[in-house]
Amino acid sequence: MIPIKTKEMLLIQRSAEKTKPNYRKWKDRLFQASLWGAMSVCAVLTFSLIVYVAIKAVPNINLDFLLGQPSYIEDTIGILPAILNTLYLLLGTLLFVVPLGVGAAIYLNEYCKSARLVSLIEYTSDILSGIPSIVYGLVGMLFFCQFFNLQTSILAGALTLVIMNIPTIMKTTRESLKTVPNSYREGARALGAGKWKTIHTVVLKSCTSGMITGILLTVGRILGESAALLFTAGFAQVLNPIYEGMFSSGASLSVAMYVFAKERGEFDVAFGIAGILLILTLIISVAAQILEARTKER
Amino acid sequence: MMNPVLQAKGLDLWYGDHQALHSISLDIFEKTVVALIGPSGCGKSTFLKTLNRMNDLVDSVRVEGDVLYESHDIFDPILDVNDLRKEIGMVFQKPNPFPMSIYDNIAYGPRIHGIKNKRVLDQIVEQALKDAALWDEVHDRLKKSALSLSGGQQQRLCIARALAIQPKVLLMDEPTSALDPISTAKIEELIDQLKTKYTIVIVTHNMQQAMRIADQTAFFLMGELIEFNDTQELFLRPQDPRTSDYVNGRFG
Repeated sequence: MIPIKTKEMLLIQRSAEKTKPNYRKWKDRLFQASLWGAMSVCAVLTFSLIVYVAIKAVPNINLDFLLGQPSYIEDTIGILPAILNTLYLLLGTLLFVVPLGVGAAIYLNEYCKSARLVSLIEYTSDILSGIPSIVYGLVGMLFFCQFFNLQTSILAGALTLVIMNIPTIMKTTRESLKTVPNSYREGARALGAGKWKTIHTVVLKSCTSGMITGILLTVGRILGESAALLFTAGFAQVLNPIYEGMFSSGASLSVAMYVFAKERGEFDVAFGIAGILLILTLIISVAAQILEARTKER
Repeated sequence: MMNPVLQAKGLDLWYGDHQALHSISLDIFEKTVVALIGPSGCGKSTFLKTLNRMNDLVDSVRVEGDVLYESHDIFDPILDVNDLRKEIGMVFQKPNPFPMSIYDNIAYGPRIHGIKNKRVLDQIVEQALKDAALWDEVHDRLKKSALSLSGGQQQRLCIARALAIQPKVLLMDEPTSALDPISTAKIEELIDQLKTKYTIVIVTHNMQQAMRIADQTAFFLMGELIEFNDTQELFLRPQDPRTSDYVNGRFG
């Protein structure tokens, strides 16, 4: 009985295939082609942008450019001050944002017992990370530059970036804390380790690379940030040692790029800086990937 | 007659509103192996975790009654729970080595309890690994990650890690349920050797295992201790009809 039934069904199916033109096949091909198209537009756009910046940048990048400073009197152009300002900015920001963000994440994940408080803070920090950076710039200017009287300075810029990046550090740290199996915590506690001891000897150790990935992400954001810094860290491109640098106005690479392109019309210099920023971002993303791969290996 | 090492007296325990243990009284004597058996959710693991106060880590837990360790109340607020856990070690159901080297795993306990001297640590690590019958397999790769070991080796590593702080009592929560038969046999053999030095309390789902390794067996059901006796007696001549039903496989 059964074989006959299947035979009949097969016949019906075949006749249906004969009478209907093969729409399904064509539909399938059409969608595949349009998806391929979307992919290639994206790939070509990104690739050509990188190539364009690289071609424009390479002729402008040389030692004088990297190690000189801009001067109207001597008619020189260089980005050493901007490089140093960027470094100071990175240092100043990371110095505050890492302990704050990591500490808050540890508290939320390991100590906080009220689920409502945790979700409230997570919700707020999600909103914070969605605010346009120019708004941070405005708030930073009123709060740090004026209320705390820091004037327009790299420190004020760094503190603004601290507030801006706390959500990122907190989130990435918390995510990597969540991946630490509870059995590690139980194992350490059962050996007589106290809570903090357990956290810093076992929990944090097994999520360092996750935390470093978060820090690298933040470094990338700091490098690329301009809007929030325009109001707070200013435009100056003067060589300063670190202490004076912190308390005086200074343009980071991104801000200097804006100044050269928009205020002075020096597009060659702007492209040179763009090239440098491109290389730095590349290094950071490669470093992040290596770290992630290492974590997976374990 | 000597004093019991661990003594539960009328122990009640609640998770929130749910009472998980009902008035448990049980004496555990030195250098014996006590098996806790019973169907899932009967309270045997909860009871085990109360003995070194690992239940403290659960938020809504509430305990009444007493547990005495060498005649000291383990719930005494003056007592440092970390000192208690140094005396009463624990091995978990799933092997949980830390993501560090074999050496660092074993040295973890001694280090947090203040031993820094490299020579002393070396000795402790070697002795603990020998006691856990793992030394011959790993002595040439102590610096390798503990996660590279097989499941059975990882569990013996966890036993070695617990032994390294020289506890008097070893609590084991179904230590072989995640292992293959050969690794299980090795661990059972190990338990037999360890009982010359340590008191062992082991939760097991496997009644044959209880018969093979335990001197005494306690049968739990729905949070109550139904019967506690010498293993042979409990399995061959159970006093309570519920025990008889369980050990004869009529439920559970």
